[in-house]
Amino acid sequence: MKSIFKTLFLSELCQGLYVTARQFFARPHVVVQYPEEKTPQSPRFRGLHAQRRYANGQERCIACKLCEAVCPALAINIESGVSDDGTRRTTRYDIDLFKCIFCGFCEEACPVDAIVETRIHEYHMENRGENIMTKDKLLAVGDKFEAMIAADKAADARYR
Amino acid sequence: MSDDLVNIEINGRPVQARKGQMLIHATDASGDYVPRFCYHDKLPIAANCRMCLVEVEKAPKPLPACATPVAEGMKIFTKSPKAIAAQKAVMEFLLINHPLDCPICDQGGECELQDLAVGFGRDVARYAERKRVVKDKNIGPLVSTDMTRCIHCTRCVRFTSEIQGFQELGTCGRGEHVEIGTFIEKSVEHELSGNIIDLCPVGALNSKPYRYSARAWEMTQQPLVSPHDSVGTNMFAHVLRGRVMRVVPRVNEDINENWIADRDRYSYEGLYSEDRLTKPQMREGYSWREVDWQTALHAVADRLNAVARQDAGQIGVLAAPSVTLEEAYLTQRIARGLGSNNIDHRLQRSDCSDQQFDPVFPWLGCSIAELEQTGSLLVIGSNLRKEAPLLAHRIRKAAVKRGAQVAFINARTYKYLFPVSGYLASNGIGMVDHLAAVVAAAAQAKGVTVPASVNALVAKAQASDAHRAIAAQLSSGERRIILLGALAQRDGGFAQLRALAAALSQITGAQLGYIADGGNTVAAHLAGVLPHRGVAGQSLPASGLSAADMLDAKLKSYLLVGSIEAQDLPAGAIEKMRANGFVVALSSYASAKDYADIILPIGTFAETSGTYVNVEGRWQSVPGAASPLGEARPAWKVLRVLGNLLNLSDFDYENSEQIRDELRNQTGNVIADNRYHNTAAVARHSAAEAIEVQLYSVDAIVRRATALQLTHEALQARAGEQA
Repeated sequence: MKSIFKTLFLSELCQGLYVTARQFFARPHVVVQYPEEKTPQSPRFRGLHAQRRYANGQERCIACKLCEAVCPALAINIESGVSDDGTRRTTRYDIDLFKCIFCGFCEEACPVDAIVETRIHEYHMENRGENIMTKDKLLAVGDKFEAMIAADKAADARYR
Repeated sequence: MSDDLVNIEINGRPVQARKGQMLIHATDASGDYVPRFCYHDKLPIAANCRMCLVEVEKAPKPLPACATPVAEGMKIFTKSPKAIAAQKAVMEFLLINHPLDCPICDQGGECELQDLAVGFGRDVARYAERKRVVKDKNIGPLVSTDMTRCIHCTRCVRFTSEIQGFQELGTCGRGEHVEIGTFIEKSVEHELSGNIIDLCPVGALNSKPYRYSARAWEMTQQPLVSPHDSVGTNMFAHVLRGRVMRVVPRVNEDINENWIADRDRYSYEGLYSEDRLTKPQMREGYSWREVDWQTALHAVADRLNAVARQDAGQIGVLAAPSVTLEEAYLTQRIARGLGSNNIDHRLQRSDCSDQQFDPVFPWLGCSIAELEQTGSLLVIGSNLRKEAPLLAHRIRKAAVKRGAQVAFINARTYKYLFPVSGYLASNGIGMVDHLAAVVAAAAQAKGVTVPASVNALVAKAQASDAHRAIAAQLSSGERRIILLGALAQRDGGFAQLRALAAALSQITGAQLGYIADGGNTVAAHLAGVLPHRGVAGQSLPASGLSAADMLDAKLKSYLLVGSIEAQDLPAGAIEKMRANGFVVALSSYASAKDYADIILPIGTFAETSGTYVNVEGRWQSVPGAASPLGEARPAWKVLRVLGNLLNLSDFDYENSEQIRDELRNQTGNVIADNRYHNTAAVARHSAAEAIEVQLYSVDAIVRRATALQLTHEALQARAGEQA
């Protein structure tokens, strides 16, 4: 009897609309007008990957393959060899962004802070194959956003 | 027996141990692990790492388990607070100077120091001073050094002095300034030297060709058997994404213990040489065309069929002595199926005049492990260290540890690293004359007549004291063996040498043995890759042509199986084959373009499942480690399809095991027997002297192994060839 009454007068609908109306007039708005507005990000945000260099321009990565080993999605693919100066370097470093689950383990595993996940999360691909972040692409991202990466690392350093 | 045992107690459990044993033997036997770096069960004890300190009741200080003999009533505690404290303290000292470069160290992930640091290291270092840095040494193209990582366990030093037989590495300086090195700047050159890589518990010594190319944890481990010598060395290929990254020993106490020869360790580089063939090739005039498998196989089958229809005797089949048992058997089936008995694998043997007296397969005469127990040995025509480095190691052990008397008869003097009781090098008279003199001396001493086969030879021999000494040494004592090596088997006077060796064996009672020339020669014998014998030594109504005769006969068609190159064949072979022949080569390398008309690319030993039968007659099957390059296919598959196209019956094998089992059933009653039954006099076949075995040019793969070709040994051999 009670349920028939409820159904007949759409009381549940009205209850729901009341919530909507309350939020409509409430201040401040919690809805962010993306992309004009953006939510604040943590320095630990895990977005697009980058490879870093030292201040003298030398790439940090030493091809220890710990990130490859720790990667739960098997998204990282590394080939290594002896470089011209006799040091251990990668000859190939690919991250498949389709496989990557952005867990950040690679960043955690890296002994030289070479692979990092930046705060960039707005990127797109137009063609198949662009999902593979090659070493060159990773280093380019790193070079472009080094200031941001360094600031984020510094901000988070005291918690590590 | 009970006198030899003492009662001890390990961690409160009563245990019995043999007198004279060290504590670490007892703890290992009882399953109580004691950490160690310098101790290795194949090496003499040094007790210089101190990692194995354990607590012994009533001893004032912890004692090193590797250098403390057991005594009656000893109570040992391997995990007591005192023992653990001592072990942790040692670990802290070891880590003072060890660099923290594990991420770039090739040993990372398989490092004994890393492993034990997890168990015994402190979490925080208390050492803040400067670490020691040691300059790296260049010790040759095979072993890379990072001497800063060295913890001075001296395993490598003891290996070179005790196992190799001449000390190449040593320690200089004292205390903190100790350095491992080669005294004067030189490379490490022994043919087993690569084993120091496995012995090194840290990353100080590593494989140079493998340097930085992969990590221990990402590779899969696949068993292999070495095809480079007849020992049948067990090894593991470490494979990453279908590619062999390195080769390490597989422990087999009966064959190779835990060593492998450098040739086996580094030959994998040859798998990926630039001239590897990845597609079937056909000659078109003066150029080559890549074709698909179907075209190539049909062309081969048509041609072979056409020749066989006219005269099957115009088909000659050569198989490399390193092909697997399955490949050898299928090659044999194809040759005989086409109606030709011209099939051989003895590419280097020049004297086949008494081949009907060959044993069913060339047997060592004892097991490889038994070589160590021999009391007296005569090696005829063998540069042992280069032919079969691990047999040389066993014989060295017999000579050094058990005082075995080892004598040699060779065309030249080769370097041996153990005491030799007699060494007869040609000096104007050949191996045959020396051996005849030894036979004469033995017959004289025993007062018996020599067998008719060698009567004439022995009659004119002049025995000197050296010959008499060898005869005497072979006549008495336990476990005496006469070994015929590859140089004897390749010599133009092999029939005489063998008849003499057999006579000597008959007179003295010593066992006659062969060191089979080539990796899988025994399997080729069993599979019937011989012109005069079928499977399992079965006699044939008519005998075909041997390898040398086949080439001289300039046949119309040749089929070469197993990456055969000009260096593997007698001089002038290529011109003879090309004279009016159509040559089909199953080869992995483009060098077959020198002589072939059609090349079918095949997988190498690491890419093929197959069976190897070593010189003691032991069958060892491996599943194949890596994937064949490009369109290359395992040779047994190629031969199987070829057999189908030739319309041979029962050629529907689905895997190599089927082929093996079929052959196994037929060879069931073959027993190793080296007895010699000839009674007619033997004559010298030709004056040709044996072709020398070069350590690093035994087969096509080794010739392409870059690091091996950079060794002093290979450079010298090549300089010698050019001179």
